[in-house]
Formats: sequence, structure tokens, C-alpha cells
Amino acid sequence: MSEVIAPADAAELADVVRAHAARTAPVAVIGSGTRASWGRPVDAGQVLSTRAMAGITLYEPAEQVVAAAAGTPVAALDAELAAHNQRLAFEPPDLCGFFGTDGEPTVGGLAAGNLSGPRRIGAGAARDSLIGVEAVNGAGEPVKAGGRVMKNVTGYDLVKLLAGSFGTLAVLTGVTFKVAPRPETERTLVVRGQSLDAAIATMGAALASPHAVTGAAYDPGGSATATTALRLEGFEGSVNRRIAALKDDLDLTGEVDELDAERSADLWRSIRDVSALAGSSPVWRLSVKPTAAAEIATALGPIAPVRLLFDWGGGLIWAMVPDDIAHAGAPTVRAAVAAAGGHATLVRAPESVRRSADVFQPLPEPVMRLTRAVKRAFDPQGILNPGRMYRDM
Amino acid sequence: MSELAVPEPDANVLARRDEIVAGLRSIVGDDGLVDSQEGRRVYETDALTAYRAVPLAVVLPRTTDEVAAVLAFLAREGVKVVARGAGTSLSGGALPSTDSVVLGLSRMNRILSVDFDNRTARVEAGVTNINITNAVAGQGFFYAPDPSSQLACTIAGNIAMNSGGAHCLKYGVTTNNVLGLRMVLMDGTIVDLGGEHLDAPGYDLLGVVVGSEGQLGVVTEATVRILRAAEGARPILMGFGSAEAAGACVAAIIASGVTPVALEYMDRPAIKVCEAFAKAGYPLDVEALLIVEVEGSEADMADQIERIVAVAAAHGPTVTRVSQSEAESAAIWRGRKAAFGAMGRISDYLCMDGVIPTGRLPEVLVRVGEICAGYGLQVANIFHAGDGNLHPLVLYDMNDPAELRKAEAAGADILKLCVEVGGCLTGEHGVGIEKRDLMAAQFSAADLDQQMRIKSAFDPGWLLNPAKVFPLDGRPEKDEGAA
Repeated sequence: MSEVIAPADAAELADVVRAHAARTAPVAVIGSGTRASWGRPVDAGQVLSTRAMAGITLYEPAEQVVAAAAGTPVAALDAELAAHNQRLAFEPPDLCGFFGTDGEPTVGGLAAGNLSGPRRIGAGAARDSLIGVEAVNGAGEPVKAGGRVMKNVTGYDLVKLLAGSFGTLAVLTGVTFKVAPRPETERTLVVRGQSLDAAIATMGAALASPHAVTGAAYDPGGSATATTALRLEGFEGSVNRRIAALKDDLDLTGEVDELDAERSADLWRSIRDVSALAGSSPVWRLSVKPTAAAEIATALGPIAPVRLLFDWGGGLIWAMVPDDIAHAGAPTVRAAVAAAGGHATLVRAPESVRRSADVFQPLPEPVMRLTRAVKRAFDPQGILNPGRMYRDM
Repeated sequence: MSELAVPEPDANVLARRDEIVAGLRSIVGDDGLVDSQEGRRVYETDALTAYRAVPLAVVLPRTTDEVAAVLAFLAREGVKVVARGAGTSLSGGALPSTDSVVLGLSRMNRILSVDFDNRTARVEAGVTNINITNAVAGQGFFYAPDPSSQLACTIAGNIAMNSGGAHCLKYGVTTNNVLGLRMVLMDGTIVDLGGEHLDAPGYDLLGVVVGSEGQLGVVTEATVRILRAAEGARPILMGFGSAEAAGACVAAIIASGVTPVALEYMDRPAIKVCEAFAKAGYPLDVEALLIVEVEGSEADMADQIERIVAVAAAHGPTVTRVSQSEAESAAIWRGRKAAFGAMGRISDYLCMDGVIPTGRLPEVLVRVGEICAGYGLQVANIFHAGDGNLHPLVLYDMNDPAELRKAEAAGADILKLCVEVGGCLTGEHGVGIEKRDLMAAQFSAADLDQQMRIKSAFDPGWLLNPAKVFPLDGRPEKDEGAA
């Protein structure tokens, strides 16, 4: 087991990175490590954690902005926002159950993974709420990007590059998010027994309606009944009116149910956290255009039995495949995505599989060339999380 | 602030002009090339008209392949390139130099496809912002970012500057609404980033290209999100006796949990000019005017208006008027969207674009007034109050070079003030040439070096839109991290 060092502040963290850069010694970068297996295994003698750097550094509810040190637990940030009737709009998932890990996911890890939940379809991704970062690049230099205001086009948007870079470009030391009001209530329309094609059509029509649907997910059910779920949020009266109008517009057949605020919140928490796929079998996460969902499902047919879940109106597909299938079914999954457009990530798999298969989507040559150039621009010695996203980078 | 330095033109390129033009002609043909002095003069400036330079040549390609051939040729020849959409940049983003070739995207203006099922549209980059909405409005959809110049500005320019607009409070800016790009690198390589799906497979290269001011590549196609329009929209006008009262009202509205689709602020000088132009019925006896727009069904709008008016009451608006008709709503927005043009009828001006934490508004407005008065200049303020984006219009006389220098100095002081209170130099217009030399006020040398290494990663020879964004001093001596 590698040694874990958890610096107390950004300056100390920069010293650690600088010392490793000088020796070209690799560093595994983590927050609390609850999602450390998302990606290829990192071979490094040193684990560098931001978990000792915790605390909210700025919160202005009336300006809808919050900043926190990277190691701040997401739960602590959530609680503070809830006390002011606000939240992170992108609905960050808690994947501890999914990965079977203990610990407190951190806000830095959230940003580094660009992790977004069901509300991503309307409210944007983590990267859209992330308006500023402080970080230490691979040379050990503290750099900042963005800021604490809602609109900012001053210089290049390095915030976007760092969101979703999984600690391979820089170590995030501080993050600033814009936040959103917590709605007065929510309600979910559930349609039971729909086929995948029917569900994609229903979700598409709901998302193309003017009724501001903030969640559209489909669970084919495994052995249970399939459910299509459509969520509405807002003021009580408005939600009542819109849910009635949505039902009229969709002209639904079959069993239709309406979940009250509490049951709705429970359902979307489980969709957000991918609770239905708890366990240890390999899981793929695919991002495609929603109307490609059926084509993808058919193409994954040879991997049997495959358990599928659909979020984002069909645009996000989770696929759990059997333990005993070679390379977690990578050739079949990659071929399906290549035909439909989009990308696939092997988010959960045994270490041996993650070492031999590509975890992140392989990129076309010119895009990979730019990716390497961006990596060098941040981490010239290649010491930060080497191999986590791509084998030789 | 002294006049912005222009790098010495490359004498070698100027001397080889005929040869370079002949090479371009062989790629795009006679009608894809603007060669004459008078033809090139059309491209000498953008909406920052104080700066001008007639470019070496102008090419107007029709396809991505032509763009790729042009760039590969110019890269081999070591010639700088300034990509241009409609030339509406307020920061000099499309300003050429005498030794650069302007690559205009005006002929690549088709809507390629619309996919209502997946709510996306694929367009050529030279299409105007409004034409995307026009193409989908019949089915009840729209493209959300709406810069004031949306009738003219192109999606290419919007992507370069990550443009916003009055309605980005609810719908976000360009970067939140673009899903995919086709882009040509300086060496002629064609790259596709993103697509019709959400989020990047690896690094969010699309995210850094948006807002990179034409310095990383030339975008030729884009896939954008289209959204279903709300059933209706309705503005409320509220007048206040002081900036403090209006500012506090903005904070209270946001804190109430209602998210208006737009929340705009004008001060007394701006109100007067806009009203004279648009006859929108703005109250003239107030210090501050808010336009608060809500949208939704009739019942939803009525509900939101009731909440907003109730919240606002505690801050003592002297006027509260809810629009009663489509015509009235249109007039209210015509006044606001015409603000820059209306102001241009009475005076030359520099339009600043700083962003501040919204809570600092009253204090910043006082200091903006003091700064301008200190230079003997007038100022009018337009403000996207919901997101803190402040547009002080510093009035001056263009025929008086000394006054232009004063206006620039006042503008620089205002932007430094925005940074000092926790904001930034530019919220939606971009750095361009205008704010290039102020970057050190917001960023450390290490921050700027990090950005410049990204520039080098995409464009190792620094040929794309070269004199912009980064101060001329402190640029890398040689290529680093070349792709």
C-alpha cells in the first residue's frame, strides 16, 4: 500500500508536487478515494490526498455562489446550502454504494470527475456549475482559472479542462460553484410497463414540452415491471398545473402513477446513485444521443444477460455485464458506441480488467494528439495520476 | 493606459504578398478572395472601431475542406490568420493586422440539419445567431443565448467569445448550449469535438475551445442544443429612487427562489437614451430601472409576478408596471436591446463588460461615476443584474484623440475596479485587443503561462489571432507542448 500524504494547505501541497516533479516521481491524486477505481489503476509510490483541506471559504446565498477547499465533504456543502434553501443544480451522485466504498466524497473529487446526476439534462453538468478553480499543476505551480462571478470570459476557460480530468492535469485545491434555489416541491409521473422504444418516445416528448421536466429516466426493470419516470420541480401550484398539462400532452396509456415529494425524492436519489446496479459486476456508462438508446440496447444483445438503466431521456445508459465475460465485453460496447456516436466508460470492473481494457473511450488520432498536448501543458513530467485515463499518458 | 501596441508587421510576409495571394487564389478561386484595397478595407475593423488595419488579404471559403487547405497553406508560409464571423466584436476580437489574412466565415451560413427528437441543430459556423432560432421557431423551439447583436452576429463569433445575452440567467451562455464542433487546426487538421451526446469522453477540449477567441482553431460547424420555448414570457418594469434600493431588490428576488428568465438594470442616463429611441414607456423620473422577465403558462407567470412584486415591495419601487400586451413587451425589450445603438446616436462610447459580485453593485456604480467624472467624462450603465455583468458606456468624442485616450483610461480603471471587488474583466465580450494589457490585473504570471501553454498546444506557431488576449510581453519564446 502506498503512503498517503494529506497536506494541510495549497502551499504545502504545491511543495509536495514540486518535489515529485523534480524527481519525475508519479503521484496518485485522490480526494477521499471513494471513486478511485473509476479509471485505470495508477502505479505511484505516493498517494496525495486533498482531504485535509476542508471548509467552505465563501458563501453568498444572495449571489448564488459557494466556494470550498477541495477536501470539503460534499455532504457538508450540501447541508450548508440546504440551510439556505439552495443546492448544487447538477444533482451530484453519491457513488459509495455503487463502488462499495466507505468515506466522504469530496467537492474536489466531484469537480475532477465532472459528476452529474439526472438534472444534467436541464441544469447542465458539474462543469457548467463550476465557475472557478484553484489548482496546483504538475510542475507544482499554483494556478487559478475562472472566478466567483456568474459570467466570465476572461482568458481561456481552463475550468472546463480541469472538470473531468480526474486529477491528471492538476490537483484541485479549491472549487467555486454557482448554486440554485431548492424548489418548494417536486413530483414524479411514473408510467409502468413501457417498452424501451415507447419510453424513449415518452421521455423525448416530455423533454420537448414546455413543462420544464427536470428528470427523465427509464428502468426496464430486470425481472420487475418497467418504469418510466418524469420529474417536475417548482412551486406547488406550478407543479400541479404542469403535471396535469404534461399528462394531457403525452396521452399516456397503461398504468400511470404520481409520486408525492417524498417518494419522488427517494426514486431520483436511487437513479442518481445508480443504486439498482449495486454489486461488483462490471458496469459501463454510455453517453449517446437519446434516440440511439434502442440501437445501443440491440447492439449490446450479445452480452447476455446485460442489465440496463437509462437516464437523461435515454442519453445516459448504464450497462451491467456478467462477471465472466472477457474484457467486460469491451469490443461489443465499443462497436455499439462507434455505430451510434457518443462514448463509453468502463466505470466499474476488477483491477485486472481495468488494466488490460481501455476504461475511457479511445479517441481519434487528432483528438488524442491534442489530449496529449494539453496533458503536457499542465503536467510536463507526466507525474499526476499517470495511466488513469489513458494507458501511456 | 496608453494606446494599445500593435506588433511590428512581418516584413517578409508583406514582401511576399503577391505570392501568398496567388496561393490563396489557387485554393478558393477568384470569388473566394478579396484582394483589392477597397475590398480589404471593409474588413479593417470590427465593432471596436477605434482600431483599424487593412489585412493582407481576405479569404471567404465555402467548405471545411477549403478552410483546411487555406490554413495548411498559410501555416507553411508562416502567415497569421484572423478568423471573422460578422465582425460585431466589441473587444477587437476580429481586428486584423496588416500582415494577417482574414478568414471570413460569412459564406458558410447554412443550417445543416435539425433534430427535434434529440433537440439539437447542426449548423455551419457562419450562420447568424437569430437564424438558428428562426429555423426552429415554427416548431416552438429556440436557441437560447441571445446577445444584443443576435441579428448580425454569427455562431462562430459566439463560440469564440462564449457570448451570453440578456436571457442567460436562466439558460446559460454559449458554452452551456454547444454540444459539438468541427474545427480546423492551424496545420489544416480537421477535428471533431463532442457531437449530439452530452459531456466529453476525455478532456473537455470543446469546453476550452469555446471562449478561446479564435486562437486555438477555426470552428466551421457546430452542434447546438435547441430548447422548447416557454408558453409565454412577460416583463415587469420596476423603477427605484436609488441604486441601493434596486440592488437590494435584485438580491431579494434571487434569494426568494424565483428564477426570472432575465433581470436587467439601467441607470438614469441609460433610461433616458433608450426611452428616447424606443418609446418603451420607461419611467424617466427614477434613478434605476429593473426589467424582470418571467415565463411559463399564464397561471405560472401570474404566480411568479405576484411573488416578485411582493418581494420587491419591501424595497420601495416608485413604479411597478407589468406588461399588458405582446406589443408592450416587445417595446420594453426593444429599448433594452437597442441600448448600445441608441447611445451611439448621441455620442461615441466605449462599452465596458466587467462582472462584479451582485452585492457590490451600489458601491461600484458610485465609483464608476467618480472614475468617469475624474476624467471629465459621462457614463451610462446597463447591467445584467442577475449575473453581475456590468456594461458602463463611457461617452467620448472620437474626433478628439485625447478624449479617446481618457475614455480608455477610465475604462481600464473601471475594469480594475471590477477585479478588485471580486469580479472579472469581461463577462461576454471577450478580451480581444481591448483588455489584453489588463490581463495581469486578474491573473498571475503562472495563471497566464498556463493559458498560453494551452495556446501553444493547439497552435504551436502562434499564428491564429495572434495579437489578442495575452499581453505582448511575457509570451513564450519558443513552442512548448506542440501538438
